[in-house]
Amino acid sequence: MINVGDILLNLWNSSGFAALFSGFMAQGGWQNLVMLVISCVLLYLALVKKFEPLLLCGIAFGCLLTNLPGAGLYSQELWTNFMTEGHEAYHSYGTILKEGGLLDIFYVGVKTSLYPCLIFMGVGAMTDFGPLLSNPKSLLLGAAAQLGVFAAFFGAIALNLISPEIGFTSKEAASIGIIGGADGPTAIFLTSKLAPHLLGAIAVAAYSYMALIPMIQPPFMKLLTTPEQRKIKMVQTRNVSKAEKIVFPIVVTLFVALLLPDTAPLIGCLMLGNLFKECGVTDRLSDTVQNALMNIVTILLSTAVGATMVGSNFLTLQTLSIVVLGVCAFVLSTVGGLLGGLVMCKLTGGKVNPLIGSAGVSAVPMAARVSNLVGQKYNPANFLLMHAMGPNVAGVIGSAIAAGFLLSVFG
Amino acid sequence: MLTSKLPELLPIGDAGIIALLGYATVFFGIILLMVVVMIMGKLFIAAENKKKAAIPAPAPAAEEAPKAAAPGTAGQLKLHDVESKTAAMLMAIVADKMGKPLNELRFISIKEVK
Repeated sequence: MINVGDILLNLWNSSGFAALFSGFMAQGGWQNLVMLVISCVLLYLALVKKFEPLLLCGIAFGCLLTNLPGAGLYSQELWTNFMTEGHEAYHSYGTILKEGGLLDIFYVGVKTSLYPCLIFMGVGAMTDFGPLLSNPKSLLLGAAAQLGVFAAFFGAIALNLISPEIGFTSKEAASIGIIGGADGPTAIFLTSKLAPHLLGAIAVAAYSYMALIPMIQPPFMKLLTTPEQRKIKMVQTRNVSKAEKIVFPIVVTLFVALLLPDTAPLIGCLMLGNLFKECGVTDRLSDTVQNALMNIVTILLSTAVGATMVGSNFLTLQTLSIVVLGVCAFVLSTVGGLLGGLVMCKLTGGKVNPLIGSAGVSAVPMAARVSNLVGQKYNPANFLLMHAMGPNVAGVIGSAIAAGFLLSVFG
Repeated sequence: MLTSKLPELLPIGDAGIIALLGYATVFFGIILLMVVVMIMGKLFIAAENKKKAAIPAPAPAAEEAPKAAAPGTAGQLKLHDVESKTAAMLMAIVADKMGKPLNELRFISIKEVK
């Protein structure tokens, strides 16, 4: 005769509710409950406020799943062992697949850099490098706008002087700095290699600030430029031939990967996606990369990144520092791009509207749209969008080079 | 001093040097890339001009028929490879963006940039 009481008792003991009442709270479980609240706030921002919903929705839900008591979808301990030299599970994906939960398996794609690279392939397939090719000088603005990356890196190290509790190691500082590149896949790529324990905080900060670009950038655009400069109309650039657009991704891949081999995965995938788009004979592949593949990888990436937001990792003073340093990085990158724009305006005798400089922070195409909108406020007949797209896509290349540099120094 | 094996906790001076070096590296890479793109552009433009020069100039055609004027523009607007429906839409967008009534704007010509 089966004992119904025992079955029900076992069911209760294996439930998350039982975990909540049996020492869970004393073992730091309150942090998981706080994280559940945070995940709901992030879901609200994604679904109601439309803050990068395609990514933030998955991140928030991954955070919710990983903090459920007793669910065992993601194990922080497994990944700590995976990274501990000398441990039997050191760099053993077999152990992860054997003992890990569903989100651990999702996370393998982040750890191996597969997802950021595939996302970059999709970005490449959706990017038109024509404006950059017609005005190669706009590449300089993409470089100038990486100021925030290195300033935030320096700031993160400098925090150690105030208190080691809120300070960071060099690898952590490099991962925080890349938030200033305003490029989600690059930030995830670098952080997963240098400071995986900060991945959740850095990804949330990067994507949240990217969604806030229309609010973060305009005050600084107005502060650093005069109304006359904002009214500058730029002349139409030359037409770019199809052949030039096909050769470009091949040349960039060869050139950048030879210069900084650590950027090869990111730049290679970005340019492969672009080649699919431009060559005209791989329309099916281009369509798949832009839509189906991009959507699938976005789901896996966002959920896996959200899974790293375990209470004990996330609820620290360091997270607060990352939030503050992240916004500083964004602001300083905007300032760097604008200063570059002002220099170009001066050197060209007022032919370049400095507002396009702020688009150098990457965040395609949001930052270019902001340049266009601010320009049109002062001259409704001024259409800066295509001119701003040059620095905007240059920013993607610039942030990949910055990431490559940091990886080669600290990796 | 910077070494090949950097410490976990970087002294502030070294952090400053790495930050400057990193920013300079980004500029260096981007400037080199810019030069390559410029050279590439020049080569393509030269090749295109050569191709154009190789094509014999067409015989002078008889008096070219005047372009049809778009309706509703007092006969001033010339459309080049643009349908009147598309032109109307473009004019409406421009007027809306400029916040001015359409009849106060003067459009000279609309041409598709290929």
